[in-house]
Amino acid sequence: MSTVATTEIKLTPERSSRNSLRSRLQDALPKLVLAPSFAITLVFVYGFIIWTGFLSFTNSKTFPSYVLTGPRAYQRLWRWTFESDPPSSWYTSITNMGIFGFLYIGICLGLGLFLAILLDQKIRGEGLLRPIYLYPMALSFIVTGVAWKWFLDPGLGLEQTLHQWGWTSFHFDWIKNKDFVIYTVVIAGVWQASGFVMAMFLAGLRGIDGEIMKAAQIDGATTIQLYRRIIIPLLRPVFLSAFIVLAHMAIKSYDLVVALTSGGPGGSAWLPSNFMYEYTFKRNEMAVGSASAIIMLMTISAIIVPYLYSELREKSR
Amino acid sequence: MRKFMTTTAMAALMLAGCGLAAQAEDVKEVQMLHWWTSGGEAAALNVLKGDLSKEGFAWKDVPVAGGGGDAAMTALKAMVAAGTYPTASQMLGYTVLDYAAAGVMGDLTETAVKEGWDKSVPAALQKFSVYDGKWVAAPVNVHSVNWLWINKAVMDKIGGTQPKTFDDLIALLDKAKAAGVIPLALGGQNWQEATMFDSIVLSTGGPEFYKKAFNDLDEESLKSDTMKKSFDNLATIIKYVDPNFSGRDWNLATAMVIKGDALVQVMGDWAKGEFVAAKKTPDTDFLCYRFPGTDGSVIYNSDMFGMFNVPDNQKAAQVALATATLSKSFQSAFNVVKGSVPARTDVPDTDFDACGKKGIADLKAANDGGTLFGSLAQGYGAPPAIANAYKDVVSKFVHGQIKTSDEAVTELVKAIDDAR
Repeated sequence: MSTVATTEIKLTPERSSRNSLRSRLQDALPKLVLAPSFAITLVFVYGFIIWTGFLSFTNSKTFPSYVLTGPRAYQRLWRWTFESDPPSSWYTSITNMGIFGFLYIGICLGLGLFLAILLDQKIRGEGLLRPIYLYPMALSFIVTGVAWKWFLDPGLGLEQTLHQWGWTSFHFDWIKNKDFVIYTVVIAGVWQASGFVMAMFLAGLRGIDGEIMKAAQIDGATTIQLYRRIIIPLLRPVFLSAFIVLAHMAIKSYDLVVALTSGGPGGSAWLPSNFMYEYTFKRNEMAVGSASAIIMLMTISAIIVPYLYSELREKSR
Repeated sequence: MRKFMTTTAMAALMLAGCGLAAQAEDVKEVQMLHWWTSGGEAAALNVLKGDLSKEGFAWKDVPVAGGGGDAAMTALKAMVAAGTYPTASQMLGYTVLDYAAAGVMGDLTETAVKEGWDKSVPAALQKFSVYDGKWVAAPVNVHSVNWLWINKAVMDKIGGTQPKTFDDLIALLDKAKAAGVIPLALGGQNWQEATMFDSIVLSTGGPEFYKKAFNDLDEESLKSDTMKKSFDNLATIIKYVDPNFSGRDWNLATAMVIKGDALVQVMGDWAKGEFVAAKKTPDTDFLCYRFPGTDGSVIYNSDMFGMFNVPDNQKAAQVALATATLSKSFQSAFNVVKGSVPARTDVPDTDFDACGKKGIADLKAANDGGTLFGSLAQGYGAPPAIANAYKDVVSKFVHGQIKTSDEAVTELVKAIDDAR
């Protein structure tokens, strides 16, 4: 800094002040640009989280109300959590979330990695194959839902077609079956997202230093050992990103359930997001809806925060 | 940050200023939120659009698709919460009262007195269109829910006759099954299942029982043996539905009857709108009977145009809309197309077809005889939280999550208690 100062003495005062204005502007510019989005996020994300938390302790019905009634909404949800026969809507929602979240994230990660490894074998036509797998991600969940709804409908889609071709014993009515309808949501969700996960893993695979693999091959590692011991562990950061993306997609996948199953027979395909929407906006039980939203938030935090913490701490070490 | 706040505040002020300036002139437009998007419904609404354009008012749709109107109600709630009221919105029963209690509805009493609505509109409907002595909604029609819609060609083929009792109906469905036709067309959405159950309860328990259980929510009636019998009857009738019924829209179920794929649908008379739109005529192409055992009673719902507390410059448009809605000519023309019957009892039935004439006569008789009951499934029996709890239980029973009628009755009482 001191060397710069000696040269600056020669500059005219006017030039120097302009310069400092410019440098002040340069300092302030990122803050100025970020300020609106920061304020908007503060209000529309965090502000509304607090607002929702407040509503869950009131007696809000059709419209928000400001009369505090204590944790009554949470007590009702707690009671419903254990009503499994006949299942309460809340019980159905959280068990479905468990099934859907586990299978959706697990299958997407597995299938995505598998496809990425296959595509990474320097095969011909990769440029064509990659977008084919990736393309479902460009569709909205609504489109995916409607398309799969027709495809899985026993009266219109797969079953009907196979019956017309002569295979009349074929039977596939999961989408109309209260016990299996949630698995059709998994199928459609996996179809949409696994190509995207594949692209993430492919980028990760291409980023691995070739020297490491050559060294391992010289040491006599087989291909399977190479993937199991070296490549997949090196993809750890990709797993983290993919997991976080998939987890939040699983939790917010309201539209897929609605478009694919319209809630399922007797509401058997509900996820907590459907429960929240139904109770808040359709059943005029805003307090219960808000309470369920807060519980969803806390559940996600309980999973994601420790995971993020451990991953990020490891990186900084 | 402070600077940012000031700029936002100024921008807000400027926007508000624009709003004030715009209020000076009268708005010659009605904004209407509704979910009438199926063929018959859209055709019926065009009648009102035509009437209003003759008076120089433009029509702006805020349509939201979806038979039961759930999506539309959500959109409306968001609009009201944001303070941007449409001129009017299609609304059902207790929703009108909810919004009126929240203080967002306008006051049409002046127009109502001038036009004599209080004498011509049935008292049962006024319960929902008048709040705290003020007219807040204009009823458009009266639908009744307890109808059977039957394809005549199929009926002739299987040699069926009008079922007079529930057992007759089951015998008729058996005949259809034997002939290889889908006996009952049902859409497996909870409101459709509950709508059918409304009729079954009225048929099983009679008018007194229906009123006590589904309008007064009397707990003794809700858990009585009659209610159990009703659930048993529901279980019986559900056996005649094709396996793909789950999630089907009501108009697709109606289409099955129109095409002759199915014999009968239990549905409100909005189904007739679909028959009419498909160029079918009653008694030659299709038959309309009251659900067996419910003759003489009418389970109703009514589409209302809830009138919001709009700024003064939109009041004229609103009054024009309300007046046009309750004019005898519109009530007749609209309901001929929609399949329902007029919301005022003094409209001549000359233009109506056989089913419409029967509907008008039934409504008048039920209104005079005190057997006009609000439909619980359609939001006229109890507030939405309770109605939805009821739909939940019926739907879970239909789809097998609730297995016995004993359990169904217990769940029903519990769900309604929870929602109170």
